[in-house]
Amino acid sequence: MAEIEKDAISGRETTGHEWDGIKELNTPLPRWWLYTFYVSIIWSIGYWIVYPAWPTLSGYTEGVIGYSSRAELTKELEARDESRMVWTDKFSALSVEEISKDSELLNYAMAGGRAIFAENCAPCHGASGSGISSYPVLADDDWLWGGAVGDIYTTISYGIRSTHDDARLGEMPNFGDDMLSGSQISDVAEYVLSLSGGATDNTSAERGTEVFAEECAGCHGENGEGMQSMGAPRLSDGIWIYGKSKQNIMSQIGAPKHGVMPAWVDRLDDVSIKQVSVYVHSLGGGQ
Amino acid sequence: MQSLLERNAILLSIAILITVSIGGLVQIVPLYTIENTIEKVDGMRPYTPLEQAGRNIYIREGCYLCHSQMIRPFRDEAERYGHYSLAAESMYDHPFQWGSKRTGPDLARVGGKYSNEWHTEHLINPRAVVPESVMPGYSFMATTPLDFDNAGEHLKTLRAVGVPYSDEQVAKAIEDLNTQATGDDGDGDVEGLQRRYPKVPLGDFDGNPNQLTEMDALVAYLQMLGTLVDFSSVDAKSIER
Repeated sequence: MAEIEKDAISGRETTGHEWDGIKELNTPLPRWWLYTFYVSIIWSIGYWIVYPAWPTLSGYTEGVIGYSSRAELTKELEARDESRMVWTDKFSALSVEEISKDSELLNYAMAGGRAIFAENCAPCHGASGSGISSYPVLADDDWLWGGAVGDIYTTISYGIRSTHDDARLGEMPNFGDDMLSGSQISDVAEYVLSLSGGATDNTSAERGTEVFAEECAGCHGENGEGMQSMGAPRLSDGIWIYGKSKQNIMSQIGAPKHGVMPAWVDRLDDVSIKQVSVYVHSLGGGQ
Repeated sequence: MQSLLERNAILLSIAILITVSIGGLVQIVPLYTIENTIEKVDGMRPYTPLEQAGRNIYIREGCYLCHSQMIRPFRDEAERYGHYSLAAESMYDHPFQWGSKRTGPDLARVGGKYSNEWHTEHLINPRAVVPESVMPGYSFMATTPLDFDNAGEHLKTLRAVGVPYSDEQVAKAIEDLNTQATGDDGDGDVEGLQRRYPKVPLGDFDGNPNQLTEMDALVAYLQMLGTLVDFSSVDAKSIER
């Protein structure tokens, strides 16, 4: 062992290392730092004892207070459900029609439904149901599958052309597939436009009358009033999902798009679906 | 102590060995106990070849940089995204896509939340459906044919790191990939596909039945995320950690 040498100027010990006459001081760590360090080591030992910490061969050390983040969440959600029970019990027991007639329940459903709608429905139907191109507006009184609150509840629960067994099904045939000629499609599109006063070529629309009566009236009604049991849109109201130009209408006859709405029954609980049904019903066009 | 070690090469070597070993053991030993961190739940299956192709695109495009796939056990996350994620749900992920940042929403349970059309429109131009979105558009995917000649090789590689693909699944990889993308409208063996991969989403995903594109694969992947475990049949106590 080399003899410990003290630096003449600072009075500190040196490490005994020397480079070209320059010596290194052996300055100790600051006391406050050192003690904090020791305390944190002791703290960590306490932490191992209290909280889950070490893996073992068949599991892990659970800690004396038995903390589990997942169990905490379960408890928190149970407490939430319990605090809401005064409302949710009524929601579970009553039908959506009954809920929308009770002003107190309606109020509660509107608040909850708004939040559920914003997260789950607005990506397609737009903020407050204002609609996005090719997804129906929910704030008007034009309904594909019915605008009564019970109809809305069914639509939300099982979806439209979704993978659910109880989904609402209805499919516009592909008339471009050897069923109608190009000029027939053009004529019937003119006729469809004429139903809401938008035809540009009356003689063509005239020619489309017959095709419409034969091919379209079965689902869309003789005067294009639509049929909600089939999800066949009303054609006489000037409201279009896939665009209002003649081109849009022709392509919907010749190569129709079939929008899909997912089923929510496996994703949202029944109380949530009831709330959002009441909310959608209230957006402007509920029947 | 210090000067003793500094002056004795053998002692120094032994001390280094001990220090490095502790560091190594802390990292390696837990890996041997990883099996018992995975919850025992029903429903998990390896990805179909098409989903796996979509997953590769997801990784290639760096989706994980803005989207996590990890719902944490907090009330706000449970209310927005659904049940918290389980370790079991990413046990076939190589690499996992938990992510560490959410510029966009968590995607761990996005499967089935939107329609295929919505996903396609949204990927082509996110602002077309979500006006406030800051996500970049990926319109090229709708026109880029999916390169899937090596679908079987992907499954084999994953099998080498522990994903339990059967020989049948590897052999039928390309067939299964095509069958999933055509669904009931195609002439593929849909029943066989469903037996090999329960709960598989079927059909033309990108709205263009004439071409199998990267969009088909990515949407197929997104539509199955988080859908495999049926939580109504899971005992909450058994997955508490």
